[in-house]
Amino acid sequence: MIVTDVIAFTVRSLQGFRLRTALMLVAMAIGVAAVIVLTALGEGARRFVADQFSALGTHLLIVLPGRSETTGGPPPLLGETPRNLTLDDALALRRLAGVRRVAPISLGNADISVGRRQREVLIVGTNEEYQHVRQLLIGQGRFLATPDPRRLSPECVLGTEVRRELFGPTLALGRWVRLGERRCRVVGVLGTQQHSLGVAMDEIVLVPVAFALTLFNKESLFRVLVEVRSRDRVKQTEQGIRDLIRARHDGEDDVTVIAQDAVLATFDKVLRALTFAVAGIAAIALAVAGVLIMNVMLIAVTQRTAEIGLLKALGAPARQITMLFVSEAAALSLTGAVVGLAVGQLGSWIMARTYPDVPIGAPAWAVWAALGVALATGILFGILPARRAARLDPVSALSRR
Amino acid sequence: MIRLEGICRDFAVGEQTVHALRRINLSVHSGEYIAVMGPSGSGKSTLLNIIGLLDRPTAGVFLLADQDVTGLSDNEIASVRRDQIGFVFQFFHLVPRLSAAENIALPMTLAGVQPTERKRRVTAVLAEIGLAERSHHRPDQLSGGQRQRVAIARAMVMEPSIILADEPTGNLDSKSGQDVLRILERLNDQGIILIIVTHNAEIGDRARRSIRIVDGAIESDVQQR
Repeated sequence: MIVTDVIAFTVRSLQGFRLRTALMLVAMAIGVAAVIVLTALGEGARRFVADQFSALGTHLLIVLPGRSETTGGPPPLLGETPRNLTLDDALALRRLAGVRRVAPISLGNADISVGRRQREVLIVGTNEEYQHVRQLLIGQGRFLATPDPRRLSPECVLGTEVRRELFGPTLALGRWVRLGERRCRVVGVLGTQQHSLGVAMDEIVLVPVAFALTLFNKESLFRVLVEVRSRDRVKQTEQGIRDLIRARHDGEDDVTVIAQDAVLATFDKVLRALTFAVAGIAAIALAVAGVLIMNVMLIAVTQRTAEIGLLKALGAPARQITMLFVSEAAALSLTGAVVGLAVGQLGSWIMARTYPDVPIGAPAWAVWAALGVALATGILFGILPARRAARLDPVSALSRR
Repeated sequence: MIRLEGICRDFAVGEQTVHALRRINLSVHSGEYIAVMGPSGSGKSTLLNIIGLLDRPTAGVFLLADQDVTGLSDNEIASVRRDQIGFVFQFFHLVPRLSAAENIALPMTLAGVQPTERKRRVTAVLAEIGLAERSHHRPDQLSGGQRQRVAIARAMVMEPSIILADEPTGNLDSKSGQDVLRILERLNDQGIILIIVTHNAEIGDRARRSIRIVDGAIESDVQQR
């Protein structure tokens, strides 16, 4: 049989049973669309998180006081105080090869007031490097600028929301505010941040780290952010930080160093697993569509018994009849898959339009996998009915009207 | 052309074995016109199915054009059927979704004949059966007689050497039946073997050779005129 004739014959018989064709197309389309939309969502979430992290620089190391490790043995007793991670420790890290920037962080809550307006805010004590490490945007004025990090320069940078609440429409730059027991001058206001990573940057106040330590009466930093010069030096620098701190802390290995990469990798893994899981669930819809195709094709074989008998009487060998029925199933699943692909892509596009922050879009592998699985299930589930058709006894098939 | 030697066909019906054909010996030469008569269940249709290679005998030898076809594979049988044998059925067996022309072209489509050649041959046979102006009608738009003529056109389009007709007029009024018979006899005049299974005594009389089957055996085999 000529290929074009096979196609024509297939199309004619699908047109001959419109309702059944439509139902099977819908089933297959739903399956494929589900795979596309769900993987698009999963992939979107993964890329959203990845973007957020990489915006912060993927070669970032975070140093925390205290050792958190599960190396076996009894867990550390509650209330065990780690050795302080001091400002001097942080400044010492600067001298390590491979380190580009070091931003010490001291964190605490304090009341901020101007005149009679007062509220509690999160105070972040840090240095000018912090702006680059976290890629902060400045709305007005300038960022903290303290050449000597040990100096208690009384200056602060306000988040936009803090500025709005304290100053309203009036100019904030150059004004003095009261922070807890101390006073400082507003030198800048943050802009609206692109990547906040869950921190409400609008609601913080940034001060020099020495100022914060004094304000909170603390010795220890909350953590130190270390930006490594290049990605391939992250491992080596991590070890360097550990060694340096151990040397400074009388041989005690009492800090935790987290690579931003590691955090990102974990998120990536989790979200990728989630995407696969969701895609797997959607694939069940595809399998169901496949079973439906098998069912309907089996009914079709029964309905068309006389026609199959006729084809045999006209000299069609068994494999030709198998081929005709398999190509019907394949045509159905392929058409259904293409319709589903279109619907799925449309759905993803609508979602992407609705949530422009999240890069929603089905990855290429999901598209190909959905099409492939649809075609494979269609053919696979088409083979059984087709073989049944090919095995029909022509005499009894023709004896029916 | 056709030689049957000791052909038996048994069917297992439950525990019992039914002997549909018992040691049939028959030879048919080119251009013969045969009516196979007999009561219902006598084995006429089974004989026709065996000659048409739709069914295989349980025992015996079947030579078609001096070739033993009892031992052929399914694929080989399919191609012999396609090239040598045309079927005409009582219930026409046209594909309802295809037009008359497409139904007639179906054996050629299955055989992989090129579309231009198909069109040429379909046009020719449509003219022969007098339905040239109905070529685009679907079976449900045709009368019974017209449907059977389309079915005959389908049977002759591959230019077979044998046409087998199982009660071809059984579902038609007598006028249409006459038309159908005339077309079949015209094909016979061109040298094609025509074997008709029928209950109709009149057709039995028209055929030049009449075979009567009772209980799976040939009771009489008469040359007429």
